[in-house]
Amino acid sequence: MDSVFKDRRAALLMIAPALLVYTLVMIVPIFWSIGYTTLDGNAITGFEFVGLDNYTHFFQDPAAIDALWFTVRYAVLLTVLQVGCGYGLALLYVFYLRHKASWVRTVLFFPVVLPTVAVALMFSKFFQAAPTDGPVNTIITALGGSSVDWLGASSSAFWIIILMDLWRSMGFYAVLLYAGLVDIPAEVLESGRIDGASGLTLVRRIVIPLSLPVLLSSVIFSINGTLKVFDTIVALTNGGPGSATTPLTLYMFRTSFAYGEYGYGSTIAMMLTLLCLLVTVFIFRSMRRDVTKG
Amino acid sequence: MKKSLIRGRRGAAAFALVGAGAIVLTACSGSSSPSSSGSDEGSGGSGEFTYLGQIQNTTIATTLTTLSTGACSAENEAATLSEDSIDSSTWDQQLQLLAGQDALASISMAPGTPALMQDFISSGKVVDLSTELDTLGVSDKVLPAAASTIEALYGADALYALPTEFNIEGFWYNKQLLEDNGIDVPATWDDLVTAAGTLDAAGVQPFVASGGEGWPVTRLVGDYIFRDLGADALQKVADGEASLTDPEYVAAADAIAELGSAGYFGASPGTVDYDTAMNQFLTGGGAFFYMGSWAVSNFNDREQNQIGADNIGFMPFPEVTGGAGSIDEVPANAGVPVMLSSATYGDDTAAWLKCIVENYGDVALADSGQVTGFAVTEVPADQPELTTLVQDTIANAPSSVLWFEAKFSAQGTSVSQTNGGALASGQLSGEEFMSLVQAANEG
Repeated sequence: MDSVFKDRRAALLMIAPALLVYTLVMIVPIFWSIGYTTLDGNAITGFEFVGLDNYTHFFQDPAAIDALWFTVRYAVLLTVLQVGCGYGLALLYVFYLRHKASWVRTVLFFPVVLPTVAVALMFSKFFQAAPTDGPVNTIITALGGSSVDWLGASSSAFWIIILMDLWRSMGFYAVLLYAGLVDIPAEVLESGRIDGASGLTLVRRIVIPLSLPVLLSSVIFSINGTLKVFDTIVALTNGGPGSATTPLTLYMFRTSFAYGEYGYGSTIAMMLTLLCLLVTVFIFRSMRRDVTKG
Repeated sequence: MKKSLIRGRRGAAAFALVGAGAIVLTACSGSSSPSSSGSDEGSGGSGEFTYLGQIQNTTIATTLTTLSTGACSAENEAATLSEDSIDSSTWDQQLQLLAGQDALASISMAPGTPALMQDFISSGKVVDLSTELDTLGVSDKVLPAAASTIEALYGADALYALPTEFNIEGFWYNKQLLEDNGIDVPATWDDLVTAAGTLDAAGVQPFVASGGEGWPVTRLVGDYIFRDLGADALQKVADGEASLTDPEYVAAADAIAELGSAGYFGASPGTVDYDTAMNQFLTGGGAFFYMGSWAVSNFNDREQNQIGADNIGFMPFPEVTGGAGSIDEVPANAGVPVMLSSATYGDDTAAWLKCIVENYGDVALADSGQVTGFAVTEVPADQPELTTLVQDTIANAPSSVLWFEAKFSAQGTSVSQTNGGALASGQLSGEEFMSLVQAANEG
């Protein structure tokens, strides 16, 4: 078998089909999209070469800047919350619930398997204000308050999106981080305890440094997933009220397919790709430095 | 030093490779010039006559099906009708993709955004119906008023879509609620605002509107502009002679925003969708409902309409005191008209076209109570009163106006309608709304 893998031609022949499919499905569209960023127009009216005008336009387009700002705010906040809550739950599973944790894990993981649209529909009904009040407003009015237009106001709509996505995803991060925590050798924890470490000290000095690789993976998963958020927002607010909850992905989609500006839409996609790349590199570098120091 | 130089050269080479690859791939991506019009691919007859419409509109599909088994059965034998439908929310996107691949259905509903239809016209994707109807000898079967409305909408000298609907718009009101509160049908905007205040004080929601859709709210802005500044006011914006941010235009949006701030559209208009708004009005949940006459089929449906068809009245958008426009200028549209694809147009499709133009008006009116832009030869004996009211209003209207977004770009239309709900809930001022829409129109 080794001799087969040492034969470069044989190895190349074996990976060629997969490489070809990958190239056609992933690499070609990326190059294609990069090319589109230098064009203006669409398949109906034809294309015109505009150089870097689309990039210039991106930085002068208030709607794009608003969408970028929303995306960054959403991604940072949700990453902190879902990884933080997920980590908290994982610690709970390992140190407090131990063997009884399986049913709690199942319950908390359940929202992950639910279809996004169903979850969004459920939350929109929860926070409904018209034509009739949903459960949340019913409780508020029963307590003497007045009904709130949760999804009609930009500030509250943002927090409901965060709440929904946190509820939907923290079970996933809890399981992911739990897998990292159970890998920490019991002897290490035991020796830490013998040395007098307990509670937060044990977590800060031993658990976090030893689970840093899986924590890093979680943060990268989370930040990239949240920067590219699309379906949950489309299903819950469709970017509204107005454009208050419109992320870059939705703006890109509308620009390309509703406004017929393929070139500018590709430019927005390219900026999002660069943003994901930069954030990932930044996280990798900063986390690697910490590990070395630790 | 040497290593960094080599790394730099490699980087430059990789960058050059990416750039060259991207340009080569994009160069292969499609024609940079619009395709020529009048493709004769279908001239021999494909044996199939395809229709693509929106799920929400069942009237066109139903009427075509009826025609295929009745008046157009011979045409159906030559080219069998097949129907498909998709959701209206992604309608324009789907049409763009299909048109880009010359894959439009033989007949399909036209884009919701007139600017996109103009692209189809200029790139020869759709059939010039004025010429074809002349050739087929059925030009007189399309009402001149409907034809001119469609031509004005697309800024074209010829007809490129068939008026499967011909609608007027205005306020439909609940007669009982107005009577109970001692309100006469308002003739001016001030009267309407006063009436809204009276209703609100009595615990009745003055206006029902779908802020989720947005357009039922932005229609009010457009109509106010027409009444206040005249029928050509939005054409001036399209021509660049005026801006939506000019104070006289902002005043129109402010007038609607003030209704929103006062809560006259209800608690949360931004989350009310079309069906909910319709249901709310038809169950007595509000007094005034701005809507097109296509809703008459809902009003005539006894299951949906709990307040009774006799209890519904129609009033044109009121005059603005001292305004340049007239209450007689009826907001009108051809709904979503249907267009024919040049790519599949041939003898069989021409035969279908002739048959549709000759018979669609009668069938749609008899089966669905739909008033169309086609000539009608037989008025049903049991025609509902509201349908007759619409026909009479169309017949007596000296002139018509379009709607707020009719001359906007796709982006302008989208931004206007997605912010309609915020205007109705009072979260956006008139100035903020108009600034957003003007910026979107300027791209």
